[in-house]
Amino acid sequence: MRKFKDNFMLGLLWFSAFLTVAVLVVIVGYIFFKGFRLINFDFIFGDYSPVGHGGIWPMIITTIYTIVISLIIATPIGILAAVYLQEYAKQGRLVRVIRFATESLTGIPSIIYGLFGAVFFVTTLKLGMSIIAASLTLTIIVLPVIIRTTEEALKTVPLSYREGSLALGTTKLQTLYKVILPSAMPGILSGIILSMGRIVGESAAIFLTAGTVAAMPESIFSSARTLTVHSYLVTQESGDIELAAAVGIVLIVIILVLNLSATFISKKLNKADY
Amino acid sequence: MSATTLERNNKGTEKFSSNNEQQTTDAKIKVKNLDLFYGEKQALYQVSLDIKEKEVTALIGPSGCGKSTFLRTLNRMNDLIDGVKINGEIVIDNENIYNSSDVIKLRTRVGMVFQKPNLFPMSIFDNVAYGPRMQGIKNKKALNKIVEESLRGAAIWDEVKDRLKSSALGLSGGQQQRVCIARAIAMKPDVILMDEPTSALDPISTLKVEELIAQMKKDYTIVIVTHNMQQAARVSDKTAFFLNGEIIEYDETDHIFSMPKDQRTEDYVTGRFG
Amino acid sequence: MPSPSNENQIVDMKKSNKLKYFFESASEKLFLICAMLSVISLLLIIGFVFYKGSHPFVAEGYSFIDFIFGMEWVPSEDKFGILPMIVASIFSTIGALVIGVPIGLFTAIFLAEIAPKRVAKIISPAVQLLAGIPSVLYGVFGLAIIVPMLQNNFGLAKGQSLLAVIIVLAIMMLPTIVTVAETAIRAVPKTYREGSLALGASPIGTIFKVVVPAAKSGIMAAIVLGLGRAIGETMAVILVAGNSLILPTSLTDSVRPLTTNIALEMGYAFGTHQEMLFATGIVLFSFILILNFVLAKISSKGGK
Ligand SMILES: Nc1ncnc2c1ncn2[C@@H]1O[C@H](COP(=O)(O)OP(=O)(O)OP(=O)(O)O)[C@@H](O)[C@H]1O
Ligand SMILES: [Mg+2]
Repeated sequence: MRKFKDNFMLGLLWFSAFLTVAVLVVIVGYIFFKGFRLINFDFIFGDYSPVGHGGIWPMIITTIYTIVISLIIATPIGILAAVYLQEYAKQGRLVRVIRFATESLTGIPSIIYGLFGAVFFVTTLKLGMSIIAASLTLTIIVLPVIIRTTEEALKTVPLSYREGSLALGTTKLQTLYKVILPSAMPGILSGIILSMGRIVGESAAIFLTAGTVAAMPESIFSSARTLTVHSYLVTQESGDIELAAAVGIVLIVIILVLNLSATFISKKLNKADY
Repeated sequence: MSATTLERNNKGTEKFSSNNEQQTTDAKIKVKNLDLFYGEKQALYQVSLDIKEKEVTALIGPSGCGKSTFLRTLNRMNDLIDGVKINGEIVIDNENIYNSSDVIKLRTRVGMVFQKPNLFPMSIFDNVAYGPRMQGIKNKKALNKIVEESLRGAAIWDEVKDRLKSSALGLSGGQQQRVCIARAIAMKPDVILMDEPTSALDPISTLKVEELIAQMKKDYTIVIVTHNMQQAARVSDKTAFFLNGEIIEYDETDHIFSMPKDQRTEDYVTGRFG
Repeated sequence: MPSPSNENQIVDMKKSNKLKYFFESASEKLFLICAMLSVISLLLIIGFVFYKGSHPFVAEGYSFIDFIFGMEWVPSEDKFGILPMIVASIFSTIGALVIGVPIGLFTAIFLAEIAPKRVAKIISPAVQLLAGIPSVLYGVFGLAIIVPMLQNNFGLAKGQSLLAVIIVLAIMMLPTIVTVAETAIRAVPKTYREGSLALGASPIGTIFKVVVPAAKSGIMAAIVLGLGRAIGETMAVILVAGNSLILPTSLTDSVRPLTTNIALEMGYAFGTHQEMLFATGIVLFSFILILNFVLAKISSKGGK
């Protein structure tokens, strides 16, 4: 009887794993199968046109804009916030409040961020539906990611480095940028790369703050659409699965490259002495 | 520029001493009725002791008796720990170090070598030059000179002179510890604190470090924590025996080891203690 | 370089230390401000969403009860009832959990405990990668494959349905659950297993009676994360939900969950209509808080 139960459970485990892998393989396979015919130089580097499948260069540029702007703001703030929490703050009420806020931000769904961005950045700050409004919204979305990964990275820096440096009559600030941050760099970098993935994958918040204009943005104050939003819109509006899948391929490749470089950086830099 | 810069610390302290009228004894470090608490827990009880200039003082005692805690009060490394409270006074060069707010200056005058070598993940040169650089010395020649002198002073110059630019973490444990000593010497301190500096080293490296301490005595006031009775007997002029946060006996090393006054000291130095 | 006199050196030292202490305290304040920004952001988000969302009820005389329990959502006729959307959100979340959690957990157990090392080494990173894929793509896949499949198999007029939403969300949360749960299971110390095996328990029995309970908090975290992904998902859901404004009574009904309602109408809504979308956001927000609270309760109860 026990034997039977064991075998049954074992079968269930194999079956679940098989199912998971099969489903995921089918999804990725389908997207590649459906979309690969569209992928060529003109598709990626061409201008968008509403007839046919159009190029996606404007969407790539928009995506890059959102990544760069939001990370330029979120990275220093996130790193310094993590530094405060790990290196400066005395455990107490204030730190608990900050931690609670950071965790809560992680749990807020992106559509709520979108609502907030639409009323605060777009309307109240009068930025309009624009790349900058979306980027500022994204800044808040990735801030907790950067704070958390930086905190983890700082935790791995041995206390003995801090003591060794401070005992030489250096200030905390000097110790921070000469010893602690360089040692924590691999972890911080992979956190930043993960945030890029988060930004690339984001749709609802951007949809409500950057709008859907399918053209090369004139400036960061223009409305524009990112790759992910593009993939959504062509499916929703024209049912063009082929085009959506082709954009999907580009997105998957971007995520793949980001993941590989995050893994590479953390492995490579961790092994090296400096 | 280099020579004047190198002497700045000594000059600074001398100047301070001569300004001070009420010079009573010739002790370099005077500790009076020192109590230390980690939060609610008291770790040091009414510790008083005078340490003479250019002598080696050994601190011995069973594990957890407060040796490290006491040593770390001398350069205020305990400031790094939340919730540490201190009563009593510690006077170095006639200045109460807990009244003065210039911890940076204190730590440039009172260097420290830790139990485990804690070189930074940088080159040997950068490790030794780290302290002086942080004091604002940028001149290449001056730095070269400081690094060479310090490494010579730590009796490791010949072993590393050809690989100054390679990672310090590639050295053996014993070599690393001597580079740590060089790093401390580079600051031209008056006092060097050592917390079990040889406990992580093999016997030959230990011997080298002990020889080094004997040499350094002519330039520096040294306070060393050790678990090794022979080491205390070999390297120190004075020995203080700690037990449960109190000094039980403090005397010439010869006296402590040959005719201790307190039964507990005798039990400890003869190895009859737990 | 001119060599300054000794006297100057000493003065310089003192001065520069003063400057150093100034930078010390200034930088600490700057870091504190950075850390406070997440608190400020949270307060701003909650403040704005709640201010906007509560306005109709506080200042315009709409009834909150009618809003929550109303069956009709016709903005042009000033009717704002979201009960069908609340029900759709609850059903699709629970459905996705019922399918996604066991499959995800079993896969994680398989990868951590059963799978040959070489197999796990390929599958685990691949699954991890899939956790990072934009969720819209799951929606595209759902619309292209799952929706027609349901349509044909169930003979529906339209394949976009509650069931399609559930399947897409379940698939979407799989990679997250698998990745996080696998890490948690792998973190259980070897000695646990050895202890149980030494007592004569079978390997499978050991996994379910010893290893899984030991990894419980990590597994719970996996579920919470997967759930967060499912419940907040918007764009992928729009593609497969059908977005009808009816109270779902069967798995094959076309539905409109809370998130989709916001995204679909935010583009052109203004005035009270827009504020009602913010109110929808508040309900979604509370929904998430309650779910997290319940899950935390469940996991702490299991811990005793
Ligand atoms: N950061 C701390 N917080 C609380 N208590 C501490 C802390 N550091 C040390 N203590 C306690 O203070 C007492 C003295 O510790 P200390 O490290 O000074 O002992 P020690 O003599 O150096 O021991 P060992 O020979 O093992 O290094 C011990 O009881 C220890 O538990
Ligand atoms: Mg100690």
